[in-house]
Amino acid sequence: MNKLLTMIAALAFSAASANAAIDIQEVESPMGIKAWLVEDHTIPFIAIEILFRGGTSIEPADKQGGTYLMTGLLEEGAGDFDAAEFQRRLETLAASFGFDSSKEALSVSAKFLTENRDESVELLRIALQEPRFDDEPLERVRAQVLAIIADQSKDPDDIAGDQFSELFFGDHPYGKSREGTEESISAMTRDDLVRIHERALSAEHAVVGAAGDITPEELGALLDNLLGGLPASGAPLPDAPEITLDGGVTVVDFPTPQSVARFGHEGLLRDDPDFLAAYLLNETFGGSGMTSRIFTAVRKERGLTYGAYAYLAAFRDLGMVIGSVASANETMAEAIEVVREEWRKIATEGITQEELDAAKKYLTGAYPLRFDGNGSIARILAGMQFDYFPIDYVNNRNDMVMALTLEKVNQVARRMYLPDKLHFVIVGQPSGIEGAAE
Amino acid sequence: MHNIGRVVVTALLLAGPQKLSAAAPAVEFWLENGMQVVVVEDHRSPAVTHMVLYRVGAADEPPGKSGIAHFVEHMMFRGTETYGPGEIDRIIESVGGVQNAFTTPDHTGYYQRVAAEHLETVMELESDRMDGLLVTAENVATERNVVLEERNERTDSNPDSQFAEQRRAALYLNHPYGIPTIGWRHEIEALGLDDILEFYRRYYAPNNAILVVAGDAEPEEVLRLAKKHYGTHEASAEEFSRTRRQEPPHRSARRMSMSDPRVAQPYFVRSYLAQERDPGDQETAAALTILAEVLGAGGINSIFSQELELQTEKAIYTSASYGGGSIDDGSFVLFALPKDGVSLEELETEMDRVIAEFLENGVDEEHLARIKAQLRAAWIYGLDDVQGLGFEYGKALANGLSIKDVEEWPEVLAAVTADDIIEAATAVFNLDHSVTGWMMPEESDS
Repeated sequence: MNKLLTMIAALAFSAASANAAIDIQEVESPMGIKAWLVEDHTIPFIAIEILFRGGTSIEPADKQGGTYLMTGLLEEGAGDFDAAEFQRRLETLAASFGFDSSKEALSVSAKFLTENRDESVELLRIALQEPRFDDEPLERVRAQVLAIIADQSKDPDDIAGDQFSELFFGDHPYGKSREGTEESISAMTRDDLVRIHERALSAEHAVVGAAGDITPEELGALLDNLLGGLPASGAPLPDAPEITLDGGVTVVDFPTPQSVARFGHEGLLRDDPDFLAAYLLNETFGGSGMTSRIFTAVRKERGLTYGAYAYLAAFRDLGMVIGSVASANETMAEAIEVVREEWRKIATEGITQEELDAAKKYLTGAYPLRFDGNGSIARILAGMQFDYFPIDYVNNRNDMVMALTLEKVNQVARRMYLPDKLHFVIVGQPSGIEGAAE
Repeated sequence: MHNIGRVVVTALLLAGPQKLSAAAPAVEFWLENGMQVVVVEDHRSPAVTHMVLYRVGAADEPPGKSGIAHFVEHMMFRGTETYGPGEIDRIIESVGGVQNAFTTPDHTGYYQRVAAEHLETVMELESDRMDGLLVTAENVATERNVVLEERNERTDSNPDSQFAEQRRAALYLNHPYGIPTIGWRHEIEALGLDDILEFYRRYYAPNNAILVVAGDAEPEEVLRLAKKHYGTHEASAEEFSRTRRQEPPHRSARRMSMSDPRVAQPYFVRSYLAQERDPGDQETAAALTILAEVLGAGGINSIFSQELELQTEKAIYTSASYGGGSIDDGSFVLFALPKDGVSLEELETEMDRVIAEFLENGVDEEHLARIKAQLRAAWIYGLDDVQGLGFEYGKALANGLSIKDVEEWPEVLAAVTADDIIEAATAVFNLDHSVTGWMMPEESDS
């Protein structure tokens, strides 16, 4: 009943457990590659998550979508194996490799059985280091990406997300859709992909989380095998974007019975000392549970939507407060007015002591529950390093939450929620909305 | 912010019933009032998932009241006589928990995930709303709008969903599976307080419910708590029949086409009526599960990819899937996106040729062995997700399967032979039992 909020995968804000007796080990391989490990020999497999900083933001400006296309081809032939042979081997080993990209990360999620760990790692190694980008898979996957781009151009939610990014980030690489455009994908050559690959996967930009049936020594050897041959350095990360978007409404006309809105403005940086207070505030304001202020106001009290959420998107050099709501064309105007009013309310009045206490209970209670299984643990460990958290963060995080005072969070509320800066992008045919049509 | 799309093909993310192969040891109890209790233990994490499934779904709705099962599910979050509006949500969040619910044609489920020490808290809440629901004309009216917005979001704003809804309605000539779970819009609009109460009072009873506790919990303690909280509910005298109107013989292939300006890509999709997974009789379902893998899963080595994407270059994406996790007949679905310039007619002809040749040539033993290796590994990977295991047990039991059926499933899959697959394929690929759909970007003369 409650639509799950999809977050940018690489942006795990925080992780691990204060009281769940999770033992995170820092492993350093003989060649000096570091990883965080939670060792658990209960089930005979290992999960590994590798995040490479950069993602789509470091691809050349005229090669938009190149990273996405490239990651789609990593499993389509590598080393001596063409696509079919690579897949046959992967199937025989029953390993699972996933490659994905976001605005600032390229992620590798791998699971493999203890019984054939070395062969699986070797197959993953060649996928990462020796992809072939053969003609046949390139043309096939290119056609698939073009189909996805065409699909998204007709999907109100995708249009809203892309349009908001474009307005918000302007010419900065974060403003580009990761799949690219029909033109850029059609023009992408094998040489382009080879160059993008060389710059995207480098040792300096990699962080690694591992969990499951492996010892620190075994993991050390594995890291050297898997990542030792990567280039030492990759493309430089982009400069911070300059945000100029002001408050307002942008309507994108699209024939559909229900409008979709994306809204938000600039927020706090991840390394801001008040980020945790901001995170708590958002939990109260637009969090994923069923008690948040906007969920209550727009859905529970007025029945204007199925889902209304807000979240903090924290890039390396930029923070955002961003939210989403969908409502019938006839009621969208009312829905966004309710959101606006909630925005004004939290900015001027902050939250109550009761809300602060409730949010603290939720955040500290939910924290230990994140560590549930090798796959999730590996992802969290990589995410923590990606966000530059110290390894002992897990032991201090709940205490830091509990130490937040009402005065502090409300000071941050005044700083973070800026009603005049709030910009809505609405895709649909909403009635009664004055907005700069695109 | 975006869906991953279809490009990144992972080898093991096998959707559908084959995930049921992941079976950790489960313990089963029955309370005196007829409520079934299942515990799946995993103490690696301090979390526990508590869920209650009712053996009632959209296919059990009275005629003309489509959407009522799902509407009741929504109303279960509106408070009870003991816990007023929002109180349940506040209590669950105050212990760091998350909650949700789902409605399918065959069952309705509610779940909470909390730290192990809060199991009794959520049990108390779930037990309370088994019979204490607070339903008023006012909160029904508000929630009806929420449900209509949900239908807007899921179906009416999405031509693919609209087409799927139409095709499903055509696939089932008589069985209520042809009616969408969320309900037809005009019928949702007419649902009211009395409909909610009647359905709720009739079907929400301990002897129509299954409790599943998965995670950091001891079976004896779960039983003690279950007796304390659920054992106090009186069994209903209602005869809970799962016998629905069945399909008559299908004598004619159905064809549908739809076009919509919001569609960017034409596609071909065909659904065949397919035997579901039955208690003590899972062999055909297992063969169909593997058939879907052979034809359309596992990347470029599937039959469809090899033939339609690589050799003849008619398609840029193909898939086959089997949905057999239902009480009555499920479906087997073929899907293909044509390459630019290839007509749907041409693609369909080619697809039919590939199927005919497959039935003639049989299954490659080496391909079958690779698929089985993956199914076995899926069992191991599945053990990592105890909540997922809990769902699999719960859904299987709610559909009439037993714990034994769930636990035997990996063996049944492992025993499938190449001949079994061809036999199942020959039976399922009967055009008289099918609906063929052509989706097109705009008005087309093809």
